[in-house]
Amino acid sequence: MQKRIKILLILIILLPLSICVAAGVGAYQILPWKIPKILFTQEDGFAVLVYVRFPRIILAALVGAMLAISGTTLQGIFRNPLADPGLIGVTAGAGLGASLWIVLIGGGVLGIWGLPIAAFGCGMLVTIGVWKISESGGKVHTVTLLLAGIALNSLAGACIGLMTFLADDEQLRSLTFWLLGGFGGSTWSVVFVTLPVTIVGVFLLLQQASALNALSLGESEAYHLGVPTESLKRWSVFGVALTVGAAVAAAGGIGFVGLVVPHLLRLIGGADHRFVLPGSVLGGAILLILADLFSRIVVVPAELPVGVVTALIGGPFFLWLLIRFKREVFL
Amino acid sequence: MIELEQVGYRINGKWLVRDINLSIKNGLLWGFVGPNGAGKSTLLRLISGELIPTTGEIRLFGKPINSYEPKELARLRAYLQQKRDVNFPFTAFEVVLFGRYPYLNGTKETASDIAIADKALRHVEAEMFSERLYGTLSGGESSRVDVARILAQTPGLLLLDEPTNHLDPRHQVQILNLCKKICDQGKTVITAIHDLNLASMYADQLLMLKNGVSVACGSPKSVLTQNMLTDTYDISFNILTHPNGFPCVMPNLNHF
Repeated sequence: MQKRIKILLILIILLPLSICVAAGVGAYQILPWKIPKILFTQEDGFAVLVYVRFPRIILAALVGAMLAISGTTLQGIFRNPLADPGLIGVTAGAGLGASLWIVLIGGGVLGIWGLPIAAFGCGMLVTIGVWKISESGGKVHTVTLLLAGIALNSLAGACIGLMTFLADDEQLRSLTFWLLGGFGGSTWSVVFVTLPVTIVGVFLLLQQASALNALSLGESEAYHLGVPTESLKRWSVFGVALTVGAAVAAAGGIGFVGLVVPHLLRLIGGADHRFVLPGSVLGGAILLILADLFSRIVVVPAELPVGVVTALIGGPFFLWLLIRFKREVFL
Repeated sequence: MIELEQVGYRINGKWLVRDINLSIKNGLLWGFVGPNGAGKSTLLRLISGELIPTTGEIRLFGKPINSYEPKELARLRAYLQQKRDVNFPFTAFEVVLFGRYPYLNGTKETASDIAIADKALRHVEAEMFSERLYGTLSGGESSRVDVARILAQTPGLLLLDEPTNHLDPRHQVQILNLCKKICDQGKTVITAIHDLNLASMYADQLLMLKNGVSVACGSPKSVLTQNMLTDTYDISFNILTHPNGFPCVMPNLNHF
């Protein structure tokens, strides 16, 4: 018990620390402990901090938090530690929306909001489709939900492939970069649109912690313990679709955060969702802030897409976890 | 008091149980016996409220079972499944604590919840592995942890599907003694059980099912008769008498 509270406290301290470090490092160096003074006196570096670094860092934190808590929730719902936020079709759906927008529509009255709206809307639509397919007689069959998610994922992937085929050179470039994910274009307005979704989604998903614990015994056992299993699934999938849809709309496809963060937390603090869910909000935010920092300092003056960074670090790291902690991770 | 009236359950055009009428008084240990596929588990799941009967009605403690809220129902009855697994690294103690879910007010267990879980673990002699991961326990150890979870739910009605599976004789007897003790407190235990001799020794009442229909109901002595067993299991049996007076059932050799 105490140990988990300690871990959460450490994460709460690490979050502002990582924000300060990320705000300080870059082409224009600012010493982290000078940040409060610069903000206060608006001296040199103020503009870099306020208009460039902070919106980017905060957006990375929001997206990381949403991806990680969604991963944790889906692993709990599917009772499978390999589930990730992409499984219910929302990521692929959002990617499809974005590619349709870039290749077929583009620009127009919606301006810069067109792409995120198309991504978010399409992600939600595909998730609703997955949900409807697996629903029968007022109940949702979890295995069907998983399979329908996988099927629609590859269908959406094929459509994205088709869009790539149809795209001209410039479209192809923006599509590819969008799909790889990144925070290069972060502005305060994107932050302010994403923030309320994050708050609502995270709040909604945190409510499910105790019920997800009971669900780890199986759906029927959870029912016998008094868990309203159907509404648990409905609200969880809704919360995941909302947060992942917003995350992908804001930053493109960023993998591995939702898969790795819950594993790390379970490894150090056990599987109780009342610990793993809030822990993944903090851990996901920290991880993505640092991944984004890495992506913009490693090949200066260019930037790596952050999705490439998370996959490059996350993939081997996850393999190492599997090999090193086989039992703990999967039991 | 549990009452079943003309209860039937049909799925994909096949009746799994049919025309069950039963009235179960508080404080008794009931055993459901019968061959594989006779409908024992289905009947238990109907009584638990997990399955909704196609025909008839089930009343639990005076109210129709579908009139209870899920959490309210979970405080009244607990159910032990035959197949159990946990996919995440929870400790045995955490699994037992899940039994307090229907009593959770907010998100955190109270000191009394923890005391109840502790006591339940001691009841099944499982306190020594309370900090071990559930997934690393042997079949018998995890069975005892699951029974402790049911006990932590402190229900008035316990529905157990083969609780003695995977257990050695000592722990079989221990679990069934525990069931007896629970019945003495005025609670009701209904268990599906394959071992006819344990059923004979422990059950107050037996319901024998075949193909979803009740073929006999009453005290073990009146149900476990040579004719009844031969008709139900399609093999013949010898009925002996246990030194303590219970009927003892031995299948005959040379059937096949």
